[in-house]
Amino acid sequence: MTLLENQSAAIPAPREITTKPRLSDQIFRAIVTLGGMASLVILGLIALFLSLKGFHILTEEKFSFITESRWEVITGDTGNIEESNLGIGAMLVGTFLSALIAISVGVPIAVLSALYLTFYARGSAKKILISLIDLMAAFPSLLYGFWGFFVFMASAEYWAKLLNKYLGFVPFFDVPAPIFERSPFIAGLVLAIMIIPITTSISREIFDQTPLDRVQAAYALGASKLSMIRAVVIPYGRGGVIGGAMLGLGRAMGETVAVYTVLNIVYQINWQVLFGAGGNVASLILLKFGEAGPYEVDALMAAGLILFILTLLVNALADVLINRFGKKGR
Amino acid sequence: MQTTTPSSLASVANNRDQRVPGTNLLGTGLETRGVHAWFGKKHVLSDVSLDFAAGTVTALIGPSGCGKSTYLRTLNRMHEFIPTAALAGEVLLDGQDIYAPGTDVTKIRLKVGMVFQKPNPFPSMTIGENVLSGLKLAQLKKSNTDDLLESCLMRAGLWSEVKDRLGEHGGSLSGGQQQRLCIARALAVQPQVLLMDEPCSALDPGSTFRIEETISELAKSMTIVIVTHNMQQAARVSDYTAFFLSDGGPGVMVETAPTSRIFSAPVDKRTEDYVTGRFG
Ligand SMILES: Nc1ncnc2c1ncn2[C@@H]1O[C@H](COP(=O)(O)OP(=O)(O)O)[C@@H](O)[C@H]1O
Ligand SMILES: [Mg+2]
Repeated sequence: MTLLENQSAAIPAPREITTKPRLSDQIFRAIVTLGGMASLVILGLIALFLSLKGFHILTEEKFSFITESRWEVITGDTGNIEESNLGIGAMLVGTFLSALIAISVGVPIAVLSALYLTFYARGSAKKILISLIDLMAAFPSLLYGFWGFFVFMASAEYWAKLLNKYLGFVPFFDVPAPIFERSPFIAGLVLAIMIIPITTSISREIFDQTPLDRVQAAYALGASKLSMIRAVVIPYGRGGVIGGAMLGLGRAMGETVAVYTVLNIVYQINWQVLFGAGGNVASLILLKFGEAGPYEVDALMAAGLILFILTLLVNALADVLINRFGKKGR
Repeated sequence: MQTTTPSSLASVANNRDQRVPGTNLLGTGLETRGVHAWFGKKHVLSDVSLDFAAGTVTALIGPSGCGKSTYLRTLNRMHEFIPTAALAGEVLLDGQDIYAPGTDVTKIRLKVGMVFQKPNPFPSMTIGENVLSGLKLAQLKKSNTDDLLESCLMRAGLWSEVKDRLGEHGGSLSGGQQQRLCIARALAVQPQVLLMDEPCSALDPGSTFRIEETISELAKSMTIVIVTHNMQQAARVSDYTAFFLSDGGPGVMVETAPTSRIFSAPVDKRTEDYVTGRFG
C-alpha cells in the first residue's frame, strides 16, 4: 500500500498560488482602485482641513466648547480679540433632538410606505408612486424648509399644543412658556418628511429582493400577507432598513437650510421639544458664517469637525446594528 | 442509472410493500374537474380531471414543460401568485370547491401543504422554529409544541439527526436534511394533503431514499401528490400515476392508472413511449 506508506512522509508546505493578470485587467484594476480611493482621499482631506482650522479652538475653549452654550466674541478697537466664549452645547442637543424626532416619526412611516409599495400597490399606481417618491428624495431641502415654514408650521403648532395639553406631565413635552412656534418638534417633523422618501426608496428596494422561495414557503404554510411580511420580509430587510434609516439620520443631522427656516436658534440648552427654542450645529454654521471674523470662522470649523465626528459615530453605530440584527435574516 | 424497461418498473411497483390503508386518515381526498390554466394568453394546461383518494400517493410524470408544476400549484392555490395566471375548472377538497367565492385561501393552504423543488427553510429561524413556523404564520394556538416538534421531525425522518441541535439555524443542515426539515415544517400544521414538486431532484441518492421512506410513512395518514422526473421513484413510492404531455400546445393528462399498470400495460401509445424511454 503505497498510499499508506506515503502518509508518514513529510507533509509539504502549501504552495503559493499566483496568477499573472492580463494587461487589460491590470489597467482596469488601476482605474477602479483610483475611483475607490478617491472618496477616501476626499473624506481624509475634509477631516484634515477641519482639524487644521478648528483644532486650536478646541484646545483653547477646551471641553466647554461642547458643553457651554454661548457664542460671544468681544473684539477690541484694533480688531484684537479681548474675550471669547464659544460653545455649541445647545446646538448639539438641538441636532440630537430634531434628528431623534425625525427618525422616530419618519422611519416607521417610510417602512410602511415601502411595504405598501412592494406588496400592496398594483399597476400604474405603483409605478407613479415609486417615481414620485424617488423624485421627492432629490428635492432641494430649501423647498421642504419653505413648505414647513409657510404651510406646515400652523398645523404642527396645533399638534404641539395638543401634545402639551394632554402629555404635558412628561418633562419632554412640558414648556416653560406657551411658545410653540419654531420648536425642535416642528423642525423634527419637517426633517421627518424630508427623510421619508430616501428611507422609503432604500427599504422598498430591499423588500423587493426578498427571495421568492421564502415568500412562497410562508404562503404555502397558510400565512396571511401580514404574517408572511413579519416572518420573511422584515427579517430579510431589517439590515437594509437600518441602513436607509441611517442615511436619513445623516441627512437629518447635517441638514442646514430646512432647519434654519423652521427652527428658532437660541443659545440655550433646551430639552423640551415643544418649546420654540433650539438650534442645530449645521444651521449655526450657516447663521454665523457670513458675519464671522477669522477667529469665529475657525470656531465654526471646529463645530463642523464635531459634526463630522458625530456622523462617523452614527455610521459606526449603524454598522454595529446591521451586523447584530441585519445578517440574521439573510 | 440502470436502463429502465416497463416490466422492470412494473415489478418495482408490484414488489414494494402494498400499502394498507390507514385507519385515521385526514380528510377524504382531493379531486379536480376540468382544470385549465393560463399564463397571460398562453394556455398551458387543458382539461385535467383527476381523483386523489385519501391515503394514496399519486405520481405526476411527464416531460418538462408539460404543466405538472402548474397543475400541482392549482391544488393549493399557489398558482394565483403569478400575476398573469388564470384558471378554469374546479378543485374539490372534501367536496368543497377551493376556488369558491368567499373562501379563505389561508385555510386551504393549511389543509393542502406543499414541499418545493428547492429546499427553502427560513434562514432567520432555528431548526426548531422552522418546524413550528406554520403555527405562527397561520396564527394557530398549540399547547404542547415540544411533542409536536418531535413528532413532525420523527415523521420526516430527521429527529435523530437534529435532536441535539434544534437551536441551530436551518441553513446549517445539508440539502437533504433541509428538504426533510421542509417536510417536517409542512407536517406541523397537520395538512390532509401534501403536494411535492420534484422534492428529490436536488438531492443525493441517500437523501432521496430517506425521503421516499418518509413518503411511504406519511401516506398512512394523508394524501400525497408528487411530481417526479424519476420513473424509478414513481414506481417505488406511488399507488397511482398520471402521465402528462404537451405536444407544443397546452399540457394534457394523457392517462392515469394504478402505477404498476402504467408501467406494465399502458393504454395510450404515448404513455408507453414515455415510460419505455423513447422520448422525454
Ligand atoms: N410563471 C410563468 N409564466 C409564464 N409561463 C410559465 C410560467 N411558469 C410556467 N410557465 C409555462 O407553463 C408551461 C408549464 O410549465 P410547468 O408547469 O412548470 O411544467 P413542468 O413542471 O411540467 O416542467 C411551460 O410551457 C412553461 O413555460
Ligand atoms: Mg416543474
